[in-house]
Amino acid sequence: MSDLSTALQQQVLDAFHNGTPLNISGGSSKAFLGRASQGQAVDVTGHRGIVEYDPRELVLTARSGTPLQEIEAALAEAGQMLAFEPPHFGDSATLGGTIACGLSGPRRPYSGSARDSVLGCKMLNGRGEILRFGGQVMKNVAGYDVSRLMVGAHGTLGMLLEISLKVLPRPAASITVTRVCSAAGAISSMSALLGKPLPVDGACFHGEQLYIRISGSAQAVQEARSKIAGDVLPDADAFWHALREHQLPFFMRHGALYRAVVKPAIPPLNIEGTWLLDWGGAQRWLYSNEDPASLRHRVASVGGHVTVFRGGAQAEEIFQPLSGPLLTIHQRLKTSFDPNNIFNRGRLYANL
Amino acid sequence: MPHQHKKNVALNSGLIRALRNLLPPESVLVDAEDLRPFECDGLAVYRQLPMVVVLPETTEQVQSIMRLCHAQQVPVVARGAGTGLSGGALPLADGVLLSLAKFRNILNIDADNAMATVQPGVRNLAISEAAAAYGMYYAPDPSSQIACTIGGNVAENSGGVHCLKYGLTVHNILMLKVVTAEGDLLTIGAETLDSPGYDLLALMTGSEGMLGIIVEVTVKLLAKPERAQVVLAAFDDIVKAGEAVGAIIAAGIIPAGLEMMDKLAIQAAEDFVHAGYPRDAEAILLCELDGTHAEVSEYIALVRKILTDSGATEVRTAADEAERQLFWKGRKSAFPAVGRISPDYYCMDGTIPRRQLPHVLRRIGEMSDEYGLAVANVFHAGDGNLHPLILFDANTEGELHRTEEFGQRILQLCVEVGGTITGEHGVGIEKITQMCVQFSNAELTQFHAVKAAFDPSGLLNPGKAVPTLHRCAEFGAMHVHHGKLSHPELERF
Repeated sequence: MSDLSTALQQQVLDAFHNGTPLNISGGSSKAFLGRASQGQAVDVTGHRGIVEYDPRELVLTARSGTPLQEIEAALAEAGQMLAFEPPHFGDSATLGGTIACGLSGPRRPYSGSARDSVLGCKMLNGRGEILRFGGQVMKNVAGYDVSRLMVGAHGTLGMLLEISLKVLPRPAASITVTRVCSAAGAISSMSALLGKPLPVDGACFHGEQLYIRISGSAQAVQEARSKIAGDVLPDADAFWHALREHQLPFFMRHGALYRAVVKPAIPPLNIEGTWLLDWGGAQRWLYSNEDPASLRHRVASVGGHVTVFRGGAQAEEIFQPLSGPLLTIHQRLKTSFDPNNIFNRGRLYANL
Repeated sequence: MPHQHKKNVALNSGLIRALRNLLPPESVLVDAEDLRPFECDGLAVYRQLPMVVVLPETTEQVQSIMRLCHAQQVPVVARGAGTGLSGGALPLADGVLLSLAKFRNILNIDADNAMATVQPGVRNLAISEAAAAYGMYYAPDPSSQIACTIGGNVAENSGGVHCLKYGLTVHNILMLKVVTAEGDLLTIGAETLDSPGYDLLALMTGSEGMLGIIVEVTVKLLAKPERAQVVLAAFDDIVKAGEAVGAIIAAGIIPAGLEMMDKLAIQAAEDFVHAGYPRDAEAILLCELDGTHAEVSEYIALVRKILTDSGATEVRTAADEAERQLFWKGRKSAFPAVGRISPDYYCMDGTIPRRQLPHVLRRIGEMSDEYGLAVANVFHAGDGNLHPLILFDANTEGELHRTEEFGQRILQLCVEVGGTITGEHGVGIEKITQMCVQFSNAELTQFHAVKAAFDPSGLLNPGKAVPTLHRCAEFGAMHVHHGKLSHPELERF
């Protein structure tokens, strides 16, 4: 538990004056994601500790280097959780890295994303200034929403120092119902559930099986269970954990793992490869030998986008390229936060 | 508060001619009587006639207008339904007021993907009405939802009484089409749950018309809950009511709505709409639960017990839908109800950590005595958003000024206890000076840099939302000076 803000600020100030590129590093559990970034490593894992947590406020504030495990343990003790069910991808995962990468787990379509949970942040911009945006309250419209802008920016706009998150009670009960079906059948079932007032908080299609997680009060779960066909899955927590952490056998394949994000009701895409559908069909994992450009083109034609999530060439573009006018705004924003381009140069896009 | 300018000073005849080439004659307004309806938004103490009002009806027209204004370096203020409460749509005397009122089509309801695509001038409630055929609705429900439009909701990041469970506008939209100050059309976000690059969707939401003109919005739809039920609890002490709120949340319940009113607000609302509120209570809580039938029954029983254990003097569950609506009617009528008992009132919009409620209410009470101005408090207790209504009479010499000063001190108090100067109404022109209290110069400078990334010439809604450092310096000097004169305790802030 220590506050290294001053030391980190000094490193950023030095880098700002010397134009030294910095590579912000947390637990390195998600170093596989994004483009390779050249720069002097800045380790923020020492800047750690839960700064404030009052379960009655449903708000937790912690330093960016705090291990995600430590945060989840503190929440569990009070019967609460991070609603976005973040993937850790390793024991060393930190809160800062989790927010910078902006990844969310199976509950995302039903309870919101990492970005949706963020209420405020304290950060260092590229001039070495310590800035605070947002706050520790649910509703706050003073100033631009810079704290949510940091989510998924992969550290290219600033170094996160502290993050405040909205947290939620853990559901009192949860069961998972599973049944055999086709991919097309699973997609239409998962899409139909969006229009029904049932407490579904996970929906996945994997290995010819549809999995639906139902969570809420004991009564609500029983009531919903009677409306969803299938058998109750034993040890369901282990399944969702393995899905979230990419530890299912599906994820043990060799080659590049692609993440395609599409509208949930889009029928199975006719792309050669092996698929797993999460997020009720809205996030689709794919192992394929097709080249990234062709995949991007195919998925973009149905309004989606593709990330080369794992095992791709990290010297190439990893995220779906931006259109011209959008890229211009991105470049100007980058410059506005980081005028000397010191933070995580090229991590998100080659020209950012 | 009242910074009124009556005339549209500069009529740029070249610009007007060019606008008339882009739009039909009835869509370019320059006569004072035609401009009058646009002189203010819901915060009517600020009034200003614009140079010209334009009413485009296509995205291409908006792009042409923006290109023209950019070429001539003329500022543009966008306007939805004009229900905003912070003067965010206040026109500029030398600027164009761009109304999105003609963008009123619902373009698509896609129930399979739980989303709807609408034009910005579509009313908030109309989206839910259109989605009802599919058993779905659009969750954010600002109290002005009958009149306010989705474009304005996005610009202000509007909330409502269901935010704790269902989030703000930012949590309920997927994609925007936005025309930039230079006339480019951007797609921000996507029809998917995330999109590549920076989260510009979050940045655009609540940006108060400073970053772009919204010409299309894709919102998320949710399945309508099977059932909603509300419990009313009365307390003889507002602190106990505040503690009951914490106890409900500590029990692992997230109510769909959790509202608190103090005695003055209760009495005003009861006299106005006869909602059945206990007139002698110091505070009431309204706790709404929604979900499946069994779930709601289970939680109602639990909440009733918590409220009783927290010292409620009375706990009442609405007997039927009509009574549920009546309980809500009292709360939703609180502002006009206060309007009946006072010539004028001024609505504040701070948010505080909930645990600070007793302290903040006590301080507001002390300041109320100090200024000799009564305050009615209504509170979105679930999410900490406090709306103190200061009662005053603008016709009494000096009372408006005292009200304004009192209001500023309430907002400063919200910041002191770890909250914010605005929970849902926006900064606009009204709270621009209080931004100097909440943010440092470096933070304000960063905001200006963000604005410049979208609008390098500073033509979109200039003068709103983010104060200049010069303004803050003047405010700081004036404030300390004033504090020394009559309120020495002010120097703490």
